Amino acid sequence: MSLKEDKIMLSHGSGGRMMHQLIGELFVKHFKNPILEEQTDAAILAIGSAEIAFTTDSFVIDPLFFPGGNIGKLAVCGTVNDLAVSGAEPLYLSVSFILEEGFSMKELEMIVESLATEAKKAGVQIVTGDTKVVNKGKCDKLFINTAGIGKLKQGNRQIARAQNIVPGDLILINGTIGDHGIAVMNARESFQFKTTIESDCTCLNQLIAEVLEAGSVKFMRDPTRGGVATVLNELADKIHLGIEIEESALPVNNGVKAMCEVLGFDPLHVANEGKVILLVGAADGDKILEILKNNPLGSQSAIIARVVADHPGKVVLKNETGGRRIVDSLSGDQLPRIC
Amino acid sequence: MKYIDEYRKKELILSLSEKLKRVSQKEIVLMEVCGGHTMAIHRFGLTSLLPSTILLISGPGCPVCVSSQQFIDKAMAYSKIPGVIITTYGDLIRVPGSSTSLEKERANGSDVRIVYSVLEALDIAKENPDKRIVFLGIGFETTAPLTAAAILSARREKIPNFFVLSAHKIMPPVMKALVAEGVKIDGFIAPGHVSAITGTAIYNDLVTKCGLGVVISGFEPVDMMQSVLMLAEQIEYGKPAVEVQYQRVVQREGNLIAQNILEEVFEFRDDTWRGLGMIPQSGLGIRERLSAFDAERQFSVVVPESTEPKGCICGQILRGLKTPIDCPLFAKKCTPSGPVGACMVSGEGTCATYYKYRS
Repeated sequence: MSLKEDKIMLSHGSGGRMMHQLIGELFVKHFKNPILEEQTDAAILAIGSAEIAFTTDSFVIDPLFFPGGNIGKLAVCGTVNDLAVSGAEPLYLSVSFILEEGFSMKELEMIVESLATEAKKAGVQIVTGDTKVVNKGKCDKLFINTAGIGKLKQGNRQIARAQNIVPGDLILINGTIGDHGIAVMNARESFQFKTTIESDCTCLNQLIAEVLEAGSVKFMRDPTRGGVATVLNELADKIHLGIEIEESALPVNNGVKAMCEVLGFDPLHVANEGKVILLVGAADGDKILEILKNNPLGSQSAIIARVVADHPGKVVLKNETGGRRIVDSLSGDQLPRIC
Repeated sequence: MKYIDEYRKKELILSLSEKLKRVSQKEIVLMEVCGGHTMAIHRFGLTSLLPSTILLISGPGCPVCVSSQQFIDKAMAYSKIPGVIITTYGDLIRVPGSSTSLEKERANGSDVRIVYSVLEALDIAKENPDKRIVFLGIGFETTAPLTAAAILSARREKIPNFFVLSAHKIMPPVMKALVAEGVKIDGFIAPGHVSAITGTAIYNDLVTKCGLGVVISGFEPVDMMQSVLMLAEQIEYGKPAVEVQYQRVVQREGNLIAQNILEEVFEFRDDTWRGLGMIPQSGLGIRERLSAFDAERQFSVVVPESTEPKGCICGQILRGLKTPIDCPLFAKKCTPSGPVGACMVSGEGTCATYYKYRS
C-alpha cells in the first residue's frame, strides 16, 4: 500500500486531495472495475436494455438541525442531486439509520418527516431501509445512509463522462456559493455572529430536468464538500484543459463573504448542497442562463468561468484588478462534518 | 461589502500604481513583515503593478511559521499526557514536529480540539473540570492580549484546570535582528493590527538608529499600494519616519487597555524563532505570579532536542533572503497537503501563499 499515513485522519474525509488519494490508492485499487473507475457521482449501469444510475451517500452532519434544513432533508437532497447531475431521473431511495442509544424520539420523528417531505417534493419514493442502534457513545446521535437509483434518458449518457469539451465552453452555476458550509459552521461553532445565512440544501432534479429539456449540457456536477474549486479542478484535470474563473462574476452572499473574510476561507472551497455546476457550449450559455434564472432555484445564476487552452489541468481565477491566481482543490480539512 | 470593497477599487489601485511609477527612482527593497500582507500582495497580484525598481520581500510575520519545532514537540508531548485536552488555533495542528503532528496524534487518540478563540478554550476548561486544558498560545501583539485576558479570567473565576503554553512573540526585536544581520532592507511595511494594540512608538528605533522607514499598513490592496508609495516617497526624499497608513484602525498610542493586560500577564524573555534561532527579549513568557496557569511550569515533559527538516529553507525564507521558488522541496516534496516546513502549513505562510497563488 502506498498511502503515506498509517492512521485515518479527519482530512481523509474532507472531499479534498487526501480523500481522493485514499479512494484511488485503497478503494479503487481493491474494487477495480470499469464502472467504478469512471469515478462519476453515480455509477451508470446497463441492465438489459435500460441504463440506470446508482449512487450512495452517508450523512454525519453536526449539528443535526441547522438553518435551512436538517440531516433528513440533506440525506434526500444529497442522493437525489448525485443522480440528477449524472443526467438521470431519480426514482427510488433507500434510507438506513444508525442510531445512538438514548437519542430523542421526537427529534428522530422530525428528521423522518423531513425525509418524507423532501422525497415527496423531489418525486422520489423511499422503498427500502435498515435500522441499527449502537451503545451510547459509539456513534454521535444519528448517522444516515441513503442510496438511490434513477433512470438515465437516452442522450444524457455523456454528461457524467465530460466529453467533447473544448476551449470557449462556458461554466454556469445556479446561484450563490458557500451558503451551506458557512450556515452549518455558524450553527455549530460558538462565534455568536448574528447572520441570516441559511443552507442552500435543496433537490435540484426538477431544475436540472428543465435544463436538459433544452439539451446541450456537456457536464454537470454538484459542488458539495470541497466546493466549486474542487469540482473545477477535477474537471480541468479530466479534460486536460484550463479553466478561468472571473472573480467578479461569482455570486456570493454578503454574509458568506463577510464570514469568509473573518475566518480566512475562500468561498470557492466552501460546501454547497443546492448548487449545480453546468458546462455548456459557448453558443448555448445565454439560453441556459435564462432557463436557470426563470426557475426559483436559479434566480441568481451566473456564467462564472470558461474553458481555456492555456494552463491545462489548472484552474485560474482572474480578479478585477487584473491579478491572477491559481485556485487549488481544498487540501486537508477545512470544515469537518458538514454533510 | 462595507470597509472592504472601497479598499479594493480597481481605479484607485491603478492610480496609486501610476503615481508610484512616477515617484520611484531608486532601487529599493521593502519587507512586508506580516503574513497577511504577503497574502494580500499575491492574492491581488500587486507585484505586477509595482515599478521594476521596487522589490518586496516577505518577513517573519506568520505566527505558525516562526513557532519553533521545540514548541510543537512540547505541545505533542502534552497531548500524550492522560487527561489533557489540547486546544489550538486550526493551522497549528498540521505543523510537522520532529516526528509527528498534532493531527496525527489526534488520530492516535489524543484529545486535540480546534478553537477560534482562547475564550472557547476557557469554556472547555469549565465544562471539563476533571480534565486539564492546555491552550497553545501563538501569535504576536495581536493575539497575545486575548491569551492574557483569558489567563486573568481563569484567575478571577478560579478555574484551576486551564493552562497556556506560550509561544507568543513580539515584532520589533526580530525586525531589528534582521537589519543587524545584514539583510538588505530599505523600509518596512509594518503589520497594522500589531500597532492597533501597541501604538506606533515601537518602531521609533528603526528610524532613529537604523535610518529605515516604517509604514504601518492595512491589509487591502489599496492599503498596500498606498503604503508602498509612502515608503518610496520617504526613501526618495531621504526622510525616513514611522507613518500610519492604516489610520482607520491604528491610533498613535495604541490600545491602552490591551497594553495593560499584556503587561500584567507577560514578561519579555529570550525566545527561539523557527529558522532564525534565539532572539533576545523577543518572546512573551507568563509572569511568575501567574505560574498556576503556565503549562511549562505545571507539566514536566522531556522533549528531545529538535531538528529542522532536511533540505527545508524556511529559515532563509523567513529572513527574506530566499523565496519559496528557490527551495528544492517547494511544490514537490512540500505541499499544503504534505507540508515539510511550517511556512507551507499556515494560510499566511510565505510558501503556502506562493503555492496557492503561483501562476
